[in-house]
Amino acid sequence: MTSIWSLSLKSLKNRRISALLTILSIAVSVALLLGVERIRVEAKNSFTSSLSGTDLIVGARSSPLNLLLYSSFHIGNATNNITWETYQELASDPAVAWTIPIALGDSHREFRVMGSNQTLFKEFRYGDEQSLSFKDGAAFSKLYDAVIGSTVAQQLGYTVGQKVILSHGVESSGLQDHDDKPFQISGILEPTGTPLDKVILVSLEGIEALHIDWRNGAPPIAAFSVSAEKAAAMQLKPESITAYYVGLKSRIAAFRYQRKVNDFKQEALTAILPGVALQELWQLVGSAEKALLVISIMVVLAGLTGMLTTILSSLNERRREMAILRSVGARPVHIFSLMIIESLIYAIAGTLLGFAMLYGLLLLIQPIAQSALGLYLPISTPGIFELYLASGVIGCSLLLGVIPAWRAYKNSLADGLTIRI
Amino acid sequence: MSHRSNPVVELENVQFSWTEDKPILDIQSLSITQGEKVFIRGPSGSGKTTLLGLLGGVLTPDSGSVKVLNTNLAQLPPAQRDLHRAEHTGFIFQMFNLIPYLSVAENITLPLSFAKGRHDRVSATGRKPEQEAARLLQTLGLVDPELLSRPVTELSIGQQQRVAAARALIGSPELLIADEPTSALDTDTREAFIKLLFSECESSGSTLMFVSHDSSLEPLFDRTIVLPEINRASQQNREAV
Repeated sequence: MTSIWSLSLKSLKNRRISALLTILSIAVSVALLLGVERIRVEAKNSFTSSLSGTDLIVGARSSPLNLLLYSSFHIGNATNNITWETYQELASDPAVAWTIPIALGDSHREFRVMGSNQTLFKEFRYGDEQSLSFKDGAAFSKLYDAVIGSTVAQQLGYTVGQKVILSHGVESSGLQDHDDKPFQISGILEPTGTPLDKVILVSLEGIEALHIDWRNGAPPIAAFSVSAEKAAAMQLKPESITAYYVGLKSRIAAFRYQRKVNDFKQEALTAILPGVALQELWQLVGSAEKALLVISIMVVLAGLTGMLTTILSSLNERRREMAILRSVGARPVHIFSLMIIESLIYAIAGTLLGFAMLYGLLLLIQPIAQSALGLYLPISTPGIFELYLASGVIGCSLLLGVIPAWRAYKNSLADGLTIRI
Repeated sequence: MSHRSNPVVELENVQFSWTEDKPILDIQSLSITQGEKVFIRGPSGSGKTTLLGLLGGVLTPDSGSVKVLNTNLAQLPPAQRDLHRAEHTGFIFQMFNLIPYLSVAENITLPLSFAKGRHDRVSATGRKPEQEAARLLQTLGLVDPELLSRPVTELSIGQQQRVAAARALIGSPELLIADEPTSALDTDTREAFIKLLFSECESSGSTLMFVSHDSSLEPLFDRTIVLPEINRASQQNREAV
């Protein structure tokens, strides 16, 4: 059989241009398939694990999806706030290990501002149990300190030490600026692939200071305004928050705590399990990715059909070659193997080249995907499903390869040793 | 010489037809003994290709027996027939005999990978397949050692035919079938080629069946068989016409 392998290789080498083009077309389709699959998996991973360490999210009563969207993805707005007292009471439940309060409602050049506290940097986990880390600078420590996400830093070109003016509200235009109380950037976060890349983090007290002199959502009139220095000297205490994340000592308590929140008498609240809500949300947005996968499978089939065409069209001009092989002792089964091995070489070379192209492409687009989409594409060894896809491609080409192999087999039986000129 | 009486090819009452009721080959008896150099003369349409197909084991007769080296090919399963051909028969065809993507040496040694017996016979001489290929080429008049690694497409027709002959001869198969091997050669090289073929056949004890329509070569051979004379089917056909 070794001689048949080397015959196949030499024969392909003799037709190297059409062989290389065939391999290339398979490689491109395989790279596309693997690329789509890689992005699909990583998008899903980054999406569903954007709150991996959080057991529950609590906010004002609304639908779970709405709560998830505004509290974690900063899409839409809260229906109501949670008072500080309620938060204090619920956060002191013995089952609770930590809570991260968040206060939303301000923005800076279309990026949301999120008020929180130091627990965020200590306890928040995303992805594979990763905590937030700083690319530059440190967490906010002073009242007018702000930490910005990686996307914010990149798109606006901000550096540590720079001053920024926050605006009231989250609309894209017609906002009133908090220009009397500028914030200074104290740190820039490493990219996380979560919505935190696109926020400006400040302390709850900072949010409070911004609004100390505001009345009923209207900016202060000059006489009643409180200067930045004066506000800093006051003992600021948050009045309310938008939502809070909960980490429990034991996950077993999740349903009990959820019931406690949902049944809370003084205020109408909703607690959600983010994992479940994220999965539900992915069901909605993930179908596009599935369609993409199906399309790329079609592209692979097109690539393999191209291979089939190449082999079939070469059969006629190779009848002489087959007859010579028969005359020197090749059996029809050798002719069959010769053709099958040719398909196999196309498929294996195409798939390997496809993987090479995938990794080359990943190296190329990794920084772009990270910065433009907040999507981290790890350059890791192929996953199980990718290996299944690759063996599926090779299996399919073997199946398709049976067609020309069978024809060559029949031809060689019919032609025998007769050489047609 | 007693071995002369050993039959290498024996056909008895062989009939073959592609379509029913219209036999293309009908030979009562044909016998060729070991070491003979037989000229088989027949114009196209006289059943030549069919005869070669039967001897090569790619066709089976409708009736009768086709014995090559006392093995009745008609009774062997297809794979065994192929194996028998690979081991015992070397073929040279009219032209374009060679695999274009293999070097000269690779072309010559190709049969050895399909026939273990022939491979063993080469090994028994103590030579490697490539050395045997070089030796055969040399006896066939191609002395340039660089020729072995050349692609066959760079050779002249005459050189190609000698490479094809070396390939048919390697591993000393008992039977050598040459189908119009000289038709692409000019008259001078034609005779030289045949003489080289003869001397190689003699030294390895092979039997030669040389098929051609060119009767000018006849005197060189031990014996001539005129195919239309022994093929009763072609006589009938002619009478029908």
